[in-house]
Amino acid sequence: MKLRKIFRSAWEGLMLNKIRSFLTTLGVIIGVASVIVMLAVSAGAEAAIADQINALGANLIIVSPMRGVPGASRTLLLEDAYAIEEQVVGITGVSAEQSPAPQNIRAGGVDLEAIALIGTTADFPDVRDYAVAEGRYFTADEDDRKAKLVVLGAGIATDLFGAESALGQTITVGTTKLTVIGVMESKGIVSDVDYDGRIYLPLNLVLQKYMPVSTMRADAVRTIYLKAESQEQIPSIIAQTTALLAERHDVDAAKPDFTVQTQQDIIATQEATTAAFRDLLAWVAGVSLLVGGIGIMNIMLVSVTERTREIGLRQALGARQSNVLMQFLIEAIILSLVGGLVGVFIGVGGSYLFGSLGTMRTEIVPLSIPIAFGAAAVIGIFFGYYPATQAAKLDPIEALRRE
Amino acid sequence: MNNNLIEITGMTKVYGEDEAAVYALAGVDVQVVRGEFVAIMGPSGSGKSTLMNIVGCLDHPTEGAYMLDGRDVSQMSKNELADVRNEKLGFIFQSFNLLPRLSALSNVMLPMLYTADDVSDEDAEARAVASLTSVGLENRLHHRPNQLSGGQQQRVAIARALVNKPPLILADEPTGNLDSKSSVEIMDILHNLHKGGATIVMVTHEADIAAHAQRVICVKDGKILSDGSDGKNHCAGLHQ
Ligand SMILES: Nc1ncnc2c1ncn2[C@@H]1O[C@H](COP(=O)(O)OP(=O)(O)OP(=O)(O)O)[C@@H](O)[C@H]1O
Ligand SMILES: [Mg+2]
Repeated sequence: MKLRKIFRSAWEGLMLNKIRSFLTTLGVIIGVASVIVMLAVSAGAEAAIADQINALGANLIIVSPMRGVPGASRTLLLEDAYAIEEQVVGITGVSAEQSPAPQNIRAGGVDLEAIALIGTTADFPDVRDYAVAEGRYFTADEDDRKAKLVVLGAGIATDLFGAESALGQTITVGTTKLTVIGVMESKGIVSDVDYDGRIYLPLNLVLQKYMPVSTMRADAVRTIYLKAESQEQIPSIIAQTTALLAERHDVDAAKPDFTVQTQQDIIATQEATTAAFRDLLAWVAGVSLLVGGIGIMNIMLVSVTERTREIGLRQALGARQSNVLMQFLIEAIILSLVGGLVGVFIGVGGSYLFGSLGTMRTEIVPLSIPIAFGAAAVIGIFFGYYPATQAAKLDPIEALRRE
Repeated sequence: MNNNLIEITGMTKVYGEDEAAVYALAGVDVQVVRGEFVAIMGPSGSGKSTLMNIVGCLDHPTEGAYMLDGRDVSQMSKNELADVRNEKLGFIFQSFNLLPRLSALSNVMLPMLYTADDVSDEDAEARAVASLTSVGLENRLHHRPNQLSGGQQQRVAIARALVNKPPLILADEPTGNLDSKSSVEIMDILHNLHKGGATIVMVTHEADIAAHAQRVICVKDGKILSDGSDGKNHCAGLHQ
């Protein structure tokens, strides 16, 4: 008996009960589609993290006040940044940052409300791998002098001046008039920060003009970013920085009021979260595939019972045990392959749909398609085998006698 | 080489064990010559179907030898028996046993699914059409069983039994589910097959059906009561 003929009679068997065959495949369809969608969702989450890495810049070390330590946000100072720059070996730049409350901006006839400002030191573009598109960034000297200068995010520049050049224009930020000396390259929104919708000011100017007077220390900074010369230098830089700041803050290095992290540390915690998320999704998808397989087995067993007489007849007409086995096994495999195929289409379509809804980023993992499809085939064989052997084992006389 | 198509000697079939043992067949010897038309009669539970199942290679005897077409069938494996059924036997059942969702044509093509050498789709269809034509159903090729009368369904079943051109046709109460008019049609077909040289073994309860056969074997309690080689039917009195 040729495979083609087995396939045909298996197909005929399935067509005997179209609705049931469809409902049986539904389990596999859902399983395969969810494997693909869930992998696309977690790949999307991972891609978002990868973007974040690139957004921060390479070889970055991040110093910030220790969370949960009272008063710690007031102990990390601009002087700490200067001290690091002078004393720590292996760094190419230091950028301290502070962001005050958002301010209203006015230029010409245009008013913008509640725009985020960020005060940085002169190394900011270099340390954060974020280039100036037009004009220039302010110098360390200008920062020290609290020069009334501003560099605009690309979006703000367009909002205020349209196609006109922003360079040399005067804008009012809060109550202070500042001269625009540069416009940053467009970077978009990365991990919830709208880089294009902010403006960049000399840190000393921000500390003097925009931080609330109630702040005990007017020279406290939110974050100090260090850029390492190379990846290999990072451990040494962390050790030096930790020791230096512990001494300056007069705290035990084992119990600091600050944290020194690499972007890898930050990413690692985020990745651990998405990995746990992904594993959970994989389990859910796997379980639904399993349930689909059990559905196939259940229906095939019912089918064998219902078609006992047919099996007996086929045996009387000369079907060998292997012919009967193959017919039922191939019925199960067809069910799961058709289910797998439909599931792939729905999974890919669903991933695009979720992605286009905007709340969730999805990236279809190409490998997930053969994996899900292959899993469906394996499930068909695995869960189809037992019912098929039950069919093949039937005694022809008993089977023919059954009503 | 002898001319016996069927040679059964000392055949016993026991169901159950010890006290519960039922001797469905208790030492049966039967020879059927090529071209014979044999009817088997006997009261209910006498072992007719048991005998037919063994003759039909669907069941193994407990004891005894069975030579079919010169080959010892009693020792064959399940696969070999399946091949023998496919090549050498054509079954006609009391309840037709057609697959309900398949057309008459597809039903008749079924035995060709399992032949040792691959029959092409065109050949299989042509042979099935020829077989259905021989039973007068050339106008019902694409009808489903539920669109056919009982007599027509049994004719489809006969076409299916004939399609692999087996040397032996086995019919267990072929007219048992049919009215008298359809029964006559079926018997005419079997009669013509016999005239054409086919060997037929048929189980029946009805004396007038058995009268179509050359020879009536009478079974009771798993034993052969009379072999009718004298041309008479000694069974008639056993049926009511
Ligand atoms: N699978 C079985 N298990 C146990 N006993 C069986 C089995 N099949 C048949 N028998 C017994 O064997 C005996 C012969 O049965 P068989 O079916 O051959 O009778 P039959 O002559 O065909 O009867 P009927 O005319 O009613 O069809 C009966 O007593 C029956 O109960
Ligand atoms: Mg019987």
